[in-house]
Amino acid sequence: MPEPMVGVLALQGDVLEHVAALQRAGARTREVRTPGDLATVDALVVPGGESTTVIRLLERFGLTARVKQRVREGMPFWGTCMGLIVAAHDVADLEQPTLDLIDVTVRRNAFGRQVDSAEIPLAIPALGDVPFPAIFIRAPWIERTGPNVELLAERDGHGVMVRERNVLGTSFHPELTGDDRVHAYFLQMVDGARANSAA
Amino acid sequence: MVMNGDGRQTGTDTVKRGLAQMLKGGVIMDVVTPEQAKIAEEAGAVAVMALERIPADIRADGGVARMSHPALIERIMKAVTVPVMAKVRIGHLGEARQLQSLGVDYIDESEVLTPADDKYHLDKHAYTVPFVCGARDLGEALRRIAEGAAMIRSKGEAGSGNIVEAVRHMRAIRDGIAELSVLPKEELVARARDLGAPLELVREVAANAKLPVVLFCAGGVSTPADAALMMELGAEGIFVGSGIFKSTNPAAFARAIVDATTHWQNPDVVLKAHSSIPEEAKAMEGLDIRQLADHQLMASRGV
Repeated sequence: MPEPMVGVLALQGDVLEHVAALQRAGARTREVRTPGDLATVDALVVPGGESTTVIRLLERFGLTARVKQRVREGMPFWGTCMGLIVAAHDVADLEQPTLDLIDVTVRRNAFGRQVDSAEIPLAIPALGDVPFPAIFIRAPWIERTGPNVELLAERDGHGVMVRERNVLGTSFHPELTGDDRVHAYFLQMVDGARANSAA
Repeated sequence: MVMNGDGRQTGTDTVKRGLAQMLKGGVIMDVVTPEQAKIAEEAGAVAVMALERIPADIRADGGVARMSHPALIERIMKAVTVPVMAKVRIGHLGEARQLQSLGVDYIDESEVLTPADDKYHLDKHAYTVPFVCGARDLGEALRRIAEGAAMIRSKGEAGSGNIVEAVRHMRAIRDGIAELSVLPKEELVARARDLGAPLELVREVAANAKLPVVLFCAGGVSTPADAALMMELGAEGIFVGSGIFKSTNPAAFARAIVDATTHWQNPDVVLKAHSSIPEEAKAMEGLDIRQLADHQLMASRGV
């Protein structure tokens, strides 16, 4: 099989940083702005950005229902920060619509506003013993996880990395670090999904 | 940068520049009330700039333009979930410290307000809150980055409704970067001297053919086509000051400028965005920059 074609949602946010990291980790990439773009990719990454904005733009450009359907059919999905909020079942204390791709409740700006944004070494057992240089920017945390959700990392007792089947979410921004281990982890999910669908 | 007891570092260049990365491809709108902030958010703004008067009114009113009242900024912070920025006068550390305490997400050290210091900008490394600054060319941009700016915007000519100055500044920045990227190494020291910028930054830009921080356009954007033009010229996002709330249909202009910024590479979408504005709605009135006297120009403040 050729390398997977991984889409990066390019309505707004740090798209190019994900594109570069995915390519370093061995994927082909395509920026996704329309339903037509989405139809050509094996997986979708939703980057960092403003969730309020991107949720509106997804709806405005006809992507909301298409993304939900592809993810239900098994397409691997990874949301970072804004992407995690977009994917969540709901947002604590806010009437914010989401795509409901993963059974978690997130709280926005949970670690504080921009002056509280921080870099912190984060233990992620699934990636090995070396801590991950996690960058949190106006980051959400995960306040509730459903029964099938695997909690992959915590900061100060709050979930910051989760997975449920083909959906991965991180509160932080691996695409800004130059450490591509989370991108490699996601590409393993993509390979697994393709092996399943080929079998 | 602050090293906290638990190994957590706040106010690093990475997190300051990182927030600007998250705003890329988006539109940041000037608002003077919580209601306007909600209109901006509803239209798809990625952030709002909270201020008392938009640049067109500052220009019309004259007098000294200062930081907005903290209570107004706070009300706007409570009204929306997108990041909130606010402006301080160039070099005014009294205003900047207040805004950091207030918890705004970005400070614009802005030539739109009356400068407090006619020689020096703030030492922006000394803050955990990130700063955006205006620039007319590469030398100005690199001096601001050296002072600690985590994001650069073109100055344009604020409140003019005329895109010509923003085009001039964006081209000058882009041409400056392109020139550095092809210069032989031995010419970089002299070029740094000519630019009035630190050699280390000049070397970094020459090697990467881009600024080390995000570059937005500001100053004169008033239509969807203006936004698409500036994205084509290399802006990574758009500030709209007076262009939205000085138009006769702010919600329609705001949404159309967001759509055009997202899909600037696709003229059909930009056309559709422009067409979505009712024909009877008027864009803001514009000014011919050549009719302005030197003392009326904001872009020449703080170089």
